[in-house]
Order: sequence, then structure tokens, then C-alpha cells
Amino acid sequence: MKIDEYQAKEIFTQYNIPTPQEILCKTPQEVKQASRKIGKKVVVKAQVKVGGRGKAGGVKLANNPQEAEEVGKQILGMEIKGLKVQKVLVSEAVEIKSESYVGFTNDRSSKKIVCMASPAGGVDIEEVAKETPDKIYKILVDPLKGGLHDFQARNLAFKLYDDVKSVRQTVSILKALYKAYIGTDASLVEINPLVENGEGKLIALDAKFNFDDNALYRHPEIAKMREVLPAEKVEREAKEKGLSYIKLDGFIGCMVNGAGLAMAAMDMIKLFGGNPANFLDIGGSSNPKKVINAMKILLNDDNVQVVMINIFGGITRCDDVANGLMEAFDALKINLPVVIRLTGTNEKEGLEILKQNKELILANSMQDAAKKAIELANK
Amino acid sequence: MSILINNETKLIVQGITGRDGGFHASRMKQYGTNVVGGVSPGKGGQKVDGIPVFNSMQKAVAETGGNTSIIFVPARFAADAIYEAADSGVDVIVTVTEGIPVQDMIKATQFAAENDVNLIGPNSPGLISPGQAKVGILPGKIFEQGKVGVMSRSGTLTYEVVDHITKAGLGESTCIGIGGDPIIGMTFIDYLKLFEADPQTEAIVMIGEIGGDAEEQAAKFIKENMTKSVVGFIVGKTAPPGKRMGHAGAIISSGSGTAAEKIAALKKAGIPVANQPNEIPQIIESKI
Repeated sequence: MKIDEYQAKEIFTQYNIPTPQEILCKTPQEVKQASRKIGKKVVVKAQVKVGGRGKAGGVKLANNPQEAEEVGKQILGMEIKGLKVQKVLVSEAVEIKSESYVGFTNDRSSKKIVCMASPAGGVDIEEVAKETPDKIYKILVDPLKGGLHDFQARNLAFKLYDDVKSVRQTVSILKALYKAYIGTDASLVEINPLVENGEGKLIALDAKFNFDDNALYRHPEIAKMREVLPAEKVEREAKEKGLSYIKLDGFIGCMVNGAGLAMAAMDMIKLFGGNPANFLDIGGSSNPKKVINAMKILLNDDNVQVVMINIFGGITRCDDVANGLMEAFDALKINLPVVIRLTGTNEKEGLEILKQNKELILANSMQDAAKKAIELANK
Repeated sequence: MSILINNETKLIVQGITGRDGGFHASRMKQYGTNVVGGVSPGKGGQKVDGIPVFNSMQKAVAETGGNTSIIFVPARFAADAIYEAADSGVDVIVTVTEGIPVQDMIKATQFAAENDVNLIGPNSPGLISPGQAKVGILPGKIFEQGKVGVMSRSGTLTYEVVDHITKAGLGESTCIGIGGDPIIGMTFIDYLKLFEADPQTEAIVMIGEIGGDAEEQAAKFIKENMTKSVVGFIVGKTAPPGKRMGHAGAIISSGSGTAAEKIAALKKAGIPVANQPNEIPQIIESKI
């Protein structure tokens, strides 16, 4: 789960990580008032859950309240990568002596938490990682062995700064950031940039926080921050019904049991020159309701010209699945061709049941199903 | 022979009084696995399909001599179940549970490693050594004792591939679902080492998917260490970046972990990569 910068900064404040003086605004008038209250130059920043807002014109400097209002008008309502800006953060403009990057994430290969720091702050860290990987310093943190130790934080801090005053501040920020990371079950936290201001104080100018969906039950205050983006609405609804769905832009609707098999079916469609309309995993059950819900999602996608169902019956028996499918077809009006490949436990019985419906197109392998679906879509 | 489980496996089912735990305990028993006990705190003394239930792993191991455990405990209690199993002295822990918080798994995998336990999963369908033992939820019928070791990040896709291997008459030595989560216990390299040392295994199939770099690391390991042939199959070529494809671990993040990168890494290491599951048996046959 992702949150906005202003929300991430609220968490920073709880963990005593220094941030600039900031006010969240929803109208240009509010922006003007906020600018007046801050009483100096401000930066108006679009609050959107995608990267690259600066390049898109979503971050602008304003010298006075009038300018701030004007900038607020420009940014509020604009679209950044398809997302409409509805909130802006009005932030005091900070004099920047230097910029760096610090962050934490889970490292899959070492199975530990990795703390990252780079003196190349203020730019896209993924680009730094690609072009100058030697500018990113990493240490592995083992939560089972005392978490982030002072010496580890200090060693990283010395990679960013030479003077003891900055090193000390960096250490305390890294320690606090680690505490926030653990305390919220985050999967990523970043300060980019971490800036040194005119007085030599380190401040988190920007903040990024992603959380582990599986741990949200422990953090109701964070779960409450969830905002379903318009593009994710169908995916979210599918999830609530026990389905895993992701829309793509092809024309062959896929319904498969199991995530890996679903990806394999999609790849197969592509291999033979077609294009999958979606990823859809109905899981391991033969519950007719799931099949009905899955079918409804596919039928609601105007791009879908043909439906391809690929089921491998394991513990779930094919005859149960077939009965579920028949029930689903009876309950829904389906005016698209449906190709079905059903194999595994009780395959024969399952296929006998499916043969009752003359409109279904049976396939004897995943390859056969993909080919037939593509052929029908091209008609 | 086989790896990790065989006819000497004595299995304890953690969460045996739950719906899935009870159902699969019976299925494993039917397959021929020696299921010696179950654990469900507070339900000690009961029986499930004739299998005695204990209040703790410690008690279950002491009473039955169990050497392997399988976990069907709900996600929020599953990490504790892994600690309990690792502490009890079993050699192999299979975690079927899906949805365990990642930070819990960072600690639990470390704890298992320090106790020298082989941790499989989480979010794993388990493993099977056909003809000997099944510890998991895989459908026993599609397997046949044979010479191919199979390791996979997926469930039903594994069955699809195994079906082709079995129908080609090759059979399997051991087939493992390593788990679909980002942080898992044993990874491809751990299984490769065991397959390399197992006399029954003549070739290995590695079924990978988008996300992380386990396949790339395995490719490097195979090139440097394996004498047995490995065939790769990678899914998720059509997956968009930044989206989780069902499995928590199947996500292309910051532009890395794509199927194309993984396939390229395997090919570079001289490992044949199948385009579709039905090609896999022919490739194996050409290598052994």
C-alpha cells in the first residue's frame, strides 16, 4: 500500500524525523493562506502516488501568497500520469547546502532489511542505481540481532558527510527511520532528498512510504489511509471477492486457477500472436460464485472478444469445477465465445458435464486453448 | 532416494484441527505419508482421522519422534508456528500459509537458518517424493516415481509441467513448490545442491516467474557447480511492471525482475529455456 508524501511526513513527525514547516491544502485560497502563515517563500507540491511529479510540473516555487495562489490554481486539478491532483502540500522553501538519499527496504536475496544511503540525493535513485551504482552504499540489518546498530548507522553516515555534526544528525535520522520502518511494517521508506539547510540542520524534504498489505491488520491507523485509485477500483473489488485480477490492454479474457498457471496462459496467448486482456486467478476453489464473479469482470471489459478458461484440477476435482462453470453460464448471459481447457483430477467426468452446453468450445491443452481463442478473436 | 522427504519421514501437522489442516492431513495419510501427529494448542488429546493431536510441537516430537512439520496455521500466527517447529528439533518445516507479514518472515527465516532447519515456503503447496511421501497439498495422482527433480515458485503451473513429465514417462524424484512470497526459506540454489547430490535425480526443472533475482542467482550457481542438466521455464512475459501477479513475490519492481532478464540470464549460463510447458520433456530427454 502506498500513501502520499504529507501522510508519510505525519509518520516522520511521530518518529521525530525533522521535516519542513508544511500545510496540506485543497483549494488555491487555502494555498494562499498557508503561504501567508508560513511567512516566507514556499514550494507547492502535488500529492500524487506516482513518481515524476516534478518533471510533470507538479512542484513549483512561490515567492509570496499571491504567487502561491496562482501556482495552486495551476497544480490543483492538473493530471499527472492519469491521476488528478486534488491536494497540494505547501512547504517552506529550504535553503539547500547539500542533498543526499537514505532509505530502507526488504532485501529478497539476503532475507534481511537493507539500509541504503547515497550522496547523490534529489534525483531518481533508480537512475543512480543503474548509472553510478558505486554511489549507493548499503548495509544489511538483521532485526533478529538487535536491528540497526549505532556503528552501522555511523559507518553509512560517514559516507555522506565529513563533519561530525552532520554525521550525528544522520545517525539519529537513520535510527528513527528504522524504528518507523519496523513500527509500521513498511516495505519501503525513503527520504529523497535529505537536505542540509543554511544553518547546517538536516531535514527530510520529501518522504516515501510503502507498506506490507499482509501486515495492515496490525496497523489500523495506516490501513485507514488507503485510497483506492480509479484505475485500481476493479482490481480492489475483485480482491474482496477472493479473485486476483489485473487489467491489461489485450482482447482475450483469461480465467485460470493459480497465479503461475495464469501467467503461463497469458504468455502462451502472446507466443501465438494474441494479446491477453487480463490476469485473473480464481484460486483453488470450484465455488460457482467465484466463477460467476470472474465471468462478470471479464464481460464488463469492452475489449474482451473471447474468453479463455484454463483449469488444472488438483485437489479441486474437474467435475466440481465443471458443475460450477455450468451454474455460472446458466446465471449469466454470455454472448462471447468461450474456450475451455479442463484437465487433472476427474477430467473425464468434468468434460462430460461441459459437453451438455453446445456453445462451449473445448480445448485439449493450454496450447490448443490459446490457439482457438486467438482464431476466434480474429474472426 | 529423493530429497528432503522419503519413506522415513514422520510428519506432524501444525494446525491439524483447522479446515485445511484436517483435510490435507487425511489426504497425505491416504497418499501413504506417515502422519504421526498434529498440533493445535488447547486441543491436545483429540484425534483427527485417527491422528493424535498435541498441545505443542515439543510434546508432539517427544511422543512421536516426528522429524518433519507442515504448517496450516493462519497468517497472523504462522511465524510463531515456524519458531515453535524450528525449536522442536524437526529437520524440515513446510509452510503452506499464505499472507504472512514480510518482516515476520525476515526473522523466521533467520531463526530457522540458525537452528539448521530446512524451511520450505511460506506460500508453498509443499513437496512430494512420489511413491514415498507427500508433505503438502499437491495432487498425488499426477506424479510418478522417476528421475526428474522439479522446483517451482508456483502451484498449479507445477502440476501442469509435472503432468507433461509424467505422461512422457520420465517421472519425478522430488517435486517442490518453493513458495510464492518475496522472502522464503530455501531458495533454488539450496534445492539444486540437494538434487545434485541425490542419485535418483538425473535432471532438474526450474520453474521461475517475475520478481526478485532468485533465477539469475540460480543460473550463476548452475553454471559454476552443477553437473546435472537443468531446464528452465519462466512465466510472466506479459506482466506489467509494478503489479503483483497473484503471488506476493511476483512483481517487477524498479524495472527489474522481468521474465526477459531471467530468460537471458539462464540462456547466458547455457541453460535451455522452454517456451511452453509441453516442450519440457523433450528438452530433458535430449539432455539425459
